[in-house]
Amino acid sequence: MEALQLFLQQLINGIQIGSVYALIAVGYTMVYGVLRFINFAHGDVYMLGAYFGLFAVTGLLANQTPLVQGLAGLLICMAACGAIGVLIERAAYRPIRKSGRLAALITAIGVSFLLSNGAQALFEARPRAYIISGIGDPFKLNFGALQLILDKGQLIILLAAIVLTLLLVYIVRFTTVGKAIRAVSFDREAASLMGINTDTVITLTFLIGSSLAGAAGLLSYGLTRNNFDPLLGVALGLKAFIAAVLGGIGNIAGAVLGGLLMGLAEAFVGGSELSPFRDAFAFLILISVLMFRPAGILGKNVVEKV
Amino acid sequence: MVMNRKPALLLAGLAALALVWAGCKGAQNEGAGGGGATGQTPDRDVILIGHYGSMTGDQATFGKSTDNGIRLAIEEINAAGGLNGKKLEVRTEDTASDAQKAETAVKRLVDMKVTAVLGEVASSHSMAGGPICQRNQIPMISPSSTNPKVTEIGDYIFRVCFIDPYQAAVVARFARSSLNAKTAAIFYDAGQAYSVGFRDEFKKAFTQMGGTIVQEASYTSSDKDFKAQLTRIKAATPAPDCILVPGYYTQAGTIVKQARDLDINVPILGGDGWDSQDFHTYAGANITNAYFSNHMATDDPNPTVKKFVEAYKAKYGATPDALAALGYDSAKLLFDAMKRARSLNGPDLRDAIAATKDFDGVSGKITMNAQRNADKSAVILEVYNGTFRFKERIEKP
Repeated sequence: MEALQLFLQQLINGIQIGSVYALIAVGYTMVYGVLRFINFAHGDVYMLGAYFGLFAVTGLLANQTPLVQGLAGLLICMAACGAIGVLIERAAYRPIRKSGRLAALITAIGVSFLLSNGAQALFEARPRAYIISGIGDPFKLNFGALQLILDKGQLIILLAAIVLTLLLVYIVRFTTVGKAIRAVSFDREAASLMGINTDTVITLTFLIGSSLAGAAGLLSYGLTRNNFDPLLGVALGLKAFIAAVLGGIGNIAGAVLGGLLMGLAEAFVGGSELSPFRDAFAFLILISVLMFRPAGILGKNVVEKV
Repeated sequence: MVMNRKPALLLAGLAALALVWAGCKGAQNEGAGGGGATGQTPDRDVILIGHYGSMTGDQATFGKSTDNGIRLAIEEINAAGGLNGKKLEVRTEDTASDAQKAETAVKRLVDMKVTAVLGEVASSHSMAGGPICQRNQIPMISPSSTNPKVTEIGDYIFRVCFIDPYQAAVVARFARSSLNAKTAAIFYDAGQAYSVGFRDEFKKAFTQMGGTIVQEASYTSSDKDFKAQLTRIKAATPAPDCILVPGYYTQAGTIVKQARDLDINVPILGGDGWDSQDFHTYAGANITNAYFSNHMATDDPNPTVKKFVEAYKAKYGATPDALAALGYDSAKLLFDAMKRARSLNGPDLRDAIAATKDFDGVSGKITMNAQRNADKSAVILEVYNGTFRFKERIEKP
């Protein structure tokens, strides 16, 4: 019974961590799907989301009710991060888009440095923390002798992650914009020959991916009081990137699945004797999955065009 | 369909590249306080004192508080005429909460030809900077590194704080006698010498007093979510009567909060690494039943403490923490030794510091023992709804 309780509690812990990874991983995967390159600055956009949330909730919306703080804060973070994502694409990636993958990769790393160091200069290096008040004590679910604890803030994160992912899937699957994104992702040149404005589609992809990272930034810190600093985008972005590769990069459902798997692995490894090797496990899982499914769990193997 | 391993290889390569890149990033934040004074030749009419500390990074409040304390002491010394008319001047080098940077910072201070070095707070940083001072025969006084190994570096390395075995024994005694705890769990930072040393000494003292350690788990400074380990600690049999978290305030604050979220309501104990007002930012304002050992309490009625607290408030507009007090004590004790020393040469100054006896510091009466550690008392502070308050004083046994 106690073992079951421990297992279920770690399951809950893992899904809660994983839902944040999933939201960030989606941004990596979308950009990869369309441009075939890894936007390493994505984790730093997520970091900015956490700071925008801090400034929105404790500054602009300080006198509002928690509900208004949460919803308006979410919109502000999504809009600000979306705008930054678009700006990054315009200023840094578009001018070198035809210069090859390596140039793009190095540029992405440069942008990442710019954002994390810029944030250190602007927002101080010390870790910050805040919480949208009124969330209250965690739920305690009792099933006979079994007691599970569910943090309300983290429950909201999970629900928000599900809603945002479903919204994203709807946009990509069932709207004209989504069709255009899929077309560009399938074959950029052919799509452009069919009259699709690929630049607009790429801008849109960055807008959507970055605003999701912004949402994740507010949700994962503003609802938990976890602390964050300007360098957090590097570590968390890396894990989300692994999640995206694990699930099959370029595949949105894969990113969500990869994120959840990473979260679960962290909870179960972290809660065992092996806790110091928690991060090493993330890579171990990545390597073992890639050995058997080189394109990731849900990724499709395609013949390289020559 | 033909299997193609190229994307897999590329992605694995990228992941490896990303790892290296993340490693570089961890070490990149260049100091705000550093560098400015490098290369200047020392003025003959001032005595240069070096301070290396974490002015940025996750231990930033440590460095800033210590620096404030040191600068207050130097200001008072200069206002009273300095050393035989010569003014003292502090040069601060940033270690950016990074042991490797600490080494570079001390090298820069040595290049500036400082008379003595003050610093660091984190033991792992002092252990990176100490050997350089020892090699160059420049006395170093660590204000608040509590790991025993720091002064074992050599005969030029001193400290004004108590050491971890003593501090850990104080916490163990508090847990056993004041809290009546029979069992304890330990949740420590595997990457910090301070935390690992504290764990070892607590374990030794607690079991010697008849207690049992029922569970051990570790985290690293970059962790943000501790619920997996805490869930395991909660499930330990027999259940722990208290949990020791001998880490620094950034993680400890979050750990205390997440423990309470998981309905872990036993007392949580820590050491002087908790002492920062930011602890409350990370833990929230509704924490009780958490205690930590410390060097001083600002609500102490002792006149030396009172005078220091008032002077600090007047200069910085904030209440000092223990690190500020220890920074202040390190500078004042150094000056006391300078007055007694035959000359300001390394060996003479070293001998004068070693001879310190009953120095009336803010953090207690300090006597340098043969191991160059300070013999003094400790206090236990209580975390109480967003404040720290004095719980009890524990005299040196």
